Amino acid sequence: MPKESGGWFGPWWSERQVCMGMRYVRILSVALAGLVLVGSGCKKSTPAPPTKTTPAKAPAAKAPAPAAQKPAEAAPIKVGAIFAVTGPAANLGAPEQKTAEMFVEQINQAGGVNGHKITLLVKDSGGVSATALSLAKQLIDEQKVLAIIGPSTSGETMAIKDACQEGKTILLSCAAAETIVNPLASYIFKTPQKDSDAARRIFETMKDKGITKVGVISSSDGFGNAGAAQLAKLAPEYGVTIAIAESYAATETDLTGVLTKLKGQDVQAVVDWTITPAQSLVAKNMKQIGLNVPLFQSHGFGNIKYVQAGGEATNGTIFPCGRLLVAEALPGTHPQKQVLLKYKQDYEARYKEDASTFGGHAYDALLILTEAVKKAGSTETEKVRAAIETLQGVVGTGGVFNFSPTDHNGLNKDAFEMLTVENGRFVLYTKK
Amino acid sequence: MNFPLIVQYGLSGITVGSIYAIVAVGFNIIYSTTGIINFAQGEFLIIGAMTAISLYQILPLWLAIALAVIMTTILGGLMEVVFIRPVRNASVLRLIVITIGLSILIREAMLHIWDEQVHSLPYFTGTSISTVTILGAHISPQVLWVLGTSAVIVAGLTIFFRFTPTGRAMRACADDPMAACLCGINDRWMVTLSFMLSAGIGALAGCVISPVTQTQYDMGAPLAIKGFTVAILGGLGNSMAAVAAGLLLGLLEAFVVSQFASVYKEAVAIVVLLLILVFRPTGLFVRREIGALRAA
Repeated sequence: MPKESGGWFGPWWSERQVCMGMRYVRILSVALAGLVLVGSGCKKSTPAPPTKTTPAKAPAAKAPAPAAQKPAEAAPIKVGAIFAVTGPAANLGAPEQKTAEMFVEQINQAGGVNGHKITLLVKDSGGVSATALSLAKQLIDEQKVLAIIGPSTSGETMAIKDACQEGKTILLSCAAAETIVNPLASYIFKTPQKDSDAARRIFETMKDKGITKVGVISSSDGFGNAGAAQLAKLAPEYGVTIAIAESYAATETDLTGVLTKLKGQDVQAVVDWTITPAQSLVAKNMKQIGLNVPLFQSHGFGNIKYVQAGGEATNGTIFPCGRLLVAEALPGTHPQKQVLLKYKQDYEARYKEDASTFGGHAYDALLILTEAVKKAGSTETEKVRAAIETLQGVVGTGGVFNFSPTDHNGLNKDAFEMLTVENGRFVLYTKK
Repeated sequence: MNFPLIVQYGLSGITVGSIYAIVAVGFNIIYSTTGIINFAQGEFLIIGAMTAISLYQILPLWLAIALAVIMTTILGGLMEVVFIRPVRNASVLRLIVITIGLSILIREAMLHIWDEQVHSLPYFTGTSISTVTILGAHISPQVLWVLGTSAVIVAGLTIFFRFTPTGRAMRACADDPMAACLCGINDRWMVTLSFMLSAGIGALAGCVISPVTQTQYDMGAPLAIKGFTVAILGGLGNSMAAVAAGLLLGLLEAFVVSQFASVYKEAVAIVVLLLILVFRPTGLFVRREIGALRAA
């Protein structure tokens, strides 16, 4: 123990005490710094794995794809994909990656698009915006891809939006936030349904049930904040009062505290808006504290794992969702039925896990891109981009897409179906 | 605010606090025998719970949990033998950094062994909608399991450290490794034992809280942060104080949620940690002089 350190504190402190106190504090502060590292840094430092190329059969894969002169022997189309395959948004990114690889393989086996095979370059962002941005720059500047599919989350998409627009590369985002396509940017498109439409469907259902006073909770992340803002904005239109709005950390492991607060306001329903596992927690915690009012959740709830994790408590949860989860229950005449059943069966046969709506967003993105290439009869970025804006009646997993130069999402609120949970399964919601 | 609502906030605080407490106990065992703060403690919890969830597919619940605890215990021992023992004479700081590395390694391994989805063990008693009513407010029976398990663990540890030869040998090593060696205690095995013990207790904690918190591969770190705060708050090395401190922090957070926007809840633990480090680094329940002696 160094003796001199005691001197700084003057003679009334015993040297020994000071040294020991200091040492204790020092160890603890090092430990504290370590914790911060463990807690935040490491989670974000998931290194991007080496690029996967699917399939790299064509020998001409390295040459940049010029406009094809002989369509039959055409150069492959390079498509980049940025998904959060690992990290906190992995339950979005992982099925998206699997879906994209399956889609490209099927297209290539069938002879490609207009004779062009597709070369898919999948990159893992780990759900981190900064990583997504550097991957996007790499895909645009070095790989010179025709289009980028993804990223999985709204935060990442917003981070790369400008880079794609300036780099004149088509972006087909798989993230939900409305701000991706509003304000409009000419190269930016997205496939998931809009937040505002989800909120509208929820409020319509509430109006139907005669609910006028609700409590809103949301995770304090991009998806949660955007949803809470839409709910607050649209509530007056439907005559609903939001008595209390609270947000919680995305890593939350117990919500009884904040739900008690809602209980104190005598709300008639709870709306929870998040994509985190808190979706199961909120259902459980509501029942546990005896807050027995209807629970509405966002379209983020469309993953059966949340129902399994939440058990019985999730029965009766009402949420808007694409039709993938209830494909079997759709009437035979429904335009989406065929597409949904095929995607679901292919995915489940190949990966031995349930298909989720998130994988469907990647399916739709690739579908729109390939349809646009067919329609344009070209692989030139400018022509394909213009072709997307004219696509009408493209039947995808998320809905029937009708694009226009002012609508880069192509879906309206009819793309959502209200679902509920019955005996641990997703079923169509019907008013009782 | 009416009375049942106040009780409800209290029960909510106890729910959260019981989770913090049971996590904190694991930190204390390794600290009190080696002076190391094991940052892989949170990962022990998740490994235990994940293993139990997998085993539960084919085995009854109690057997799945028992096996998961045993497997995690062995893993904890192996971890010490392979990674900590070879650098045993290094400074405590280096060992702490090693445990940080291990936590990252284990987390990534879990992502590959299992998946990124959220899982959960079934409730030990009743289901996710069962409640116990206390004074007009409600609490999940699983929380009582968590509290009961914490109590059993703390009581067991106290008896182990006070009255069994092995437990006393472990304490002797913590006090003065040299003197303990001279008395014929194999101090290296005592350290291994402390890792095994804390891995096993971590795994048990992970299983008991799994129905409440749910389990996902990357949940260890956030849980460990709270557990660590609580361990410091109570005074490192003191398991009984850790339980009291856990409940205290839980109640404090519930109070903050009831009075302020609930986003501030996350700041509570950090503010408490900073205040404790500055004003009372030995913890709430340890007398200053004893803390100073221990630090020497």
